[in-house]
Amino acid sequence: MEYVFAILVGLLMSASIYLMLSKKLVRVLMGIAILGNAVNLLIFTSGRLTRSVPPFIPEGSYLPLEQTANPLPQALVLTAIVISFSFLAYFLVLGYRAYQELGTDDVLEMRVAEPKGEEKPPLGY
Amino acid sequence: MVTQPVQGADWLLVLPLLLTMAGGAVAIMLRKKTAVQPWIAIGVISLVVVSNLALLSHVLQHGVVTIVMGNWLPPFGIAFTADPMGALFALAASIVALCAAIYATGSIEASERRYGFFPFLILLLTGVTGAFLTGDIFNLYVWFEVLLIASVGMIILGNDKAQIDGGVKYAVLNFVATTLFLIATGLLYGLVGTLNMADIAIKVSELEGQGPIYGIAALYFLAFAMKAAAFPVNFWLPASYHTPRIVVSAVFGGLLTKVGVYALLRVVLMLMPETREWMGSFIGFVAIITMLSGVFGALAQTDIRRMIGYLVISGIGSMLAGLAVGNQIAVAGAIFYAAHSILCMTALYFLAGLMFNIGGSFSMRELGGLYTKSPLTAGCALVLLLAVAGLPPFSGFWPKVMLVEGALADGRGLVAASILVTGVLTAIAIGRFWIFCFWRGGPEGTEDGTLVPQADGSVAANAVSLPANITLSLGALTAIIILVGVFPEGVMAIVSKGAASLVDPNAYVQSVFGVWP
Repeated sequence: MEYVFAILVGLLMSASIYLMLSKKLVRVLMGIAILGNAVNLLIFTSGRLTRSVPPFIPEGSYLPLEQTANPLPQALVLTAIVISFSFLAYFLVLGYRAYQELGTDDVLEMRVAEPKGEEKPPLGY
Repeated sequence: MVTQPVQGADWLLVLPLLLTMAGGAVAIMLRKKTAVQPWIAIGVISLVVVSNLALLSHVLQHGVVTIVMGNWLPPFGIAFTADPMGALFALAASIVALCAAIYATGSIEASERRYGFFPFLILLLTGVTGAFLTGDIFNLYVWFEVLLIASVGMIILGNDKAQIDGGVKYAVLNFVATTLFLIATGLLYGLVGTLNMADIAIKVSELEGQGPIYGIAALYFLAFAMKAAAFPVNFWLPASYHTPRIVVSAVFGGLLTKVGVYALLRVVLMLMPETREWMGSFIGFVAIITMLSGVFGALAQTDIRRMIGYLVISGIGSMLAGLAVGNQIAVAGAIFYAAHSILCMTALYFLAGLMFNIGGSFSMRELGGLYTKSPLTAGCALVLLLAVAGLPPFSGFWPKVMLVEGALADGRGLVAASILVTGVLTAIAIGRFWIFCFWRGGPEGTEDGTLVPQADGSVAANAVSLPANITLSLGALTAIIILVGVFPEGVMAIVSKGAASLVDPNAYVQSVFGVWP
C-alpha cells in the first residue's frame, strides 16, 4: 500500500513543481496548494499504513490490547494542514493585491522592488 | 531519563515563550491603543532579555538543560533543550528585538501600529526564541512557521507597491523552503520513527550511514540554505529586504537568516555528522561562492539598504564555511560569527535609517557630507562597518580568526583564503560606503568640500540633532559590538562550549535521556 501512496505523492509533487516553475503567479499559488497536500500525504504515509483499530486504550489497562494505528502522523498532518491552509489564504490575498497594485500577474514583470536599469554606484573616488 | 520533578530554574527554558505569547496576545487586544503599544512591547521584551540572560548563565553553570512538556517522558513528549549555542542566540535575538522596539517608538506611525507592528514583533521573537530552544524537530518546523507568519505580516506593513512586490517573492520562496523542511522531516520520521532531536542523534548514529539518510540530509541542507540565503537560492533576499520599513528590515537582517544557520548547525552538524562529512566539500564550495557573490553584490549597489542586504549574504557564507570545516574551533567561529552578525546587521539597518533621517535619501549618489552634519553618526558608522569587514578591534574580527584557524587545521586552504579575500573585498565596499556617504563634502552635483566646517563655527548651523530613539538603540548595539571586540574572552568561552556540545552531542543526549542508551 505504501508504494501506491509513494507514487501518488511523487505525481503530486511533480505537478506542483511544474506549476511553480510558471511565470504566472496564479499557477505558482496552485502549485503551492498542491505541494501542501502532497506533503501531508507523505507524512501520513511515512507513519506506515496499516489496517488496524484507532489508538484507544480500554478502561482499566495501561496498554492497547492489539496493534493500533500510529496517531503521531495524524497529529503532524493536522498541524501542517492548518499552517498550509492559512498560508494559502494569505497568498491568495497577496496575489490579488499584487495584481491590483502592479497590474500584472507575470512574475518577470514585477520589477518595482528591483527596477531594470538601476543607476550604478559612484564609480570613482 | 527525566524522573525528578521539574527544577525551578528549568522553567527558564519556557519563560521567554510564555512571556512573548502572553505579551503578543495583550498587544493584539490593545491594537487600537497606539500610544500604549510600544510600552507593552518594550516591557515584555525587556523581561525576555532578563530571562534569557538568566538562562544563559544557568546553562553555563549546569550544562545542557531539558524540560519536557506535560511530563511526557522523552522521546514521546515535546522536549525543550537549551545548550550554550541556543541560549546565546536567544539572548542576542531578544537584545535585537528590544532595540527594534525602542527604534520603532519614533518611526512606526499610528496607522502601522493599528495594523499590528508591535504584536508581530513580539510574535516574531516568540518564533525565533522557540526555534533556538526547542529539542524536537517537528516543533522546530512549527516555530519556523510562527516566525514566517509574523514576518509576512511585517514585510507588507505600509502597503507600498515595492513592498507587495518584495513580499510576494519573500513569502513564496520562504514558504517553499519551510515546506522542503517539512518534507525532509516526514522522510526522517519514516526512517527513524522519532522526532526528538536527542533520539534522532542516537538512531542516526546507529544507521552508520546506511539507507536514505544522505538524501534526507541533502534535503535539509537545501531547505535551511534557502532560509539562510546561501548562494544559488538567495535571490529572494536582495529582492525583498530593502522594501519594508527600515526597522522591519533591521529585524529581518539580524534574525531570520541566522535562524537558518542555527538549524543547519543543529540538524546537519549535530544530528547527521556522517552525512555532513560526506557533503563537506560541497558545503565549502557553496560557502565560498556565497561569500564572494555577496561581497561583489555589495560593491555593485547604489541603494545602501540593498548593499547591507548583500553584506548579510556574504556573512552567511562565512558561517557556512564553519559548517563545511566542521572541527570544533571552526564551528565555534561560526557560532560567534552568527551572534556577531545578529547584532551587527541590525545595527547597520538602523544606521541606514538614521542616514535617511539626516541625509534624506538611501542612494549613495545622493548622500554625502554626513560627517559635518553628525560626527557622532560617522564614528558609529565606522565602528559598525569595520566590524562587518572583520577588522580589529571589533566583534567581527575574532570569529574570522577562529574560522581561518579551523579551516587551516583541517587542511582546507581554499576556504581560509576565501574568508580572507572576502574580508579585503568587504573592506573596499565599506570604505567606499563611508567615503561617499560621510567623508566627501556633499552629495553628487554639489561642489566638493563646500560643506566642510569653517573655523567661524558654521558647523553648528550644519549639525542636526539625533532622534533619541535611534541614538539609544543604535548606541546600545554599537557599545555591545565594541565591548565584545575588546573583551572577547567571555563570548569565546560560551561559543567553545556550544561548539563542543554540537560536535559531540553526548551532553545534549544525556540531558534528555540521562545516559546514552
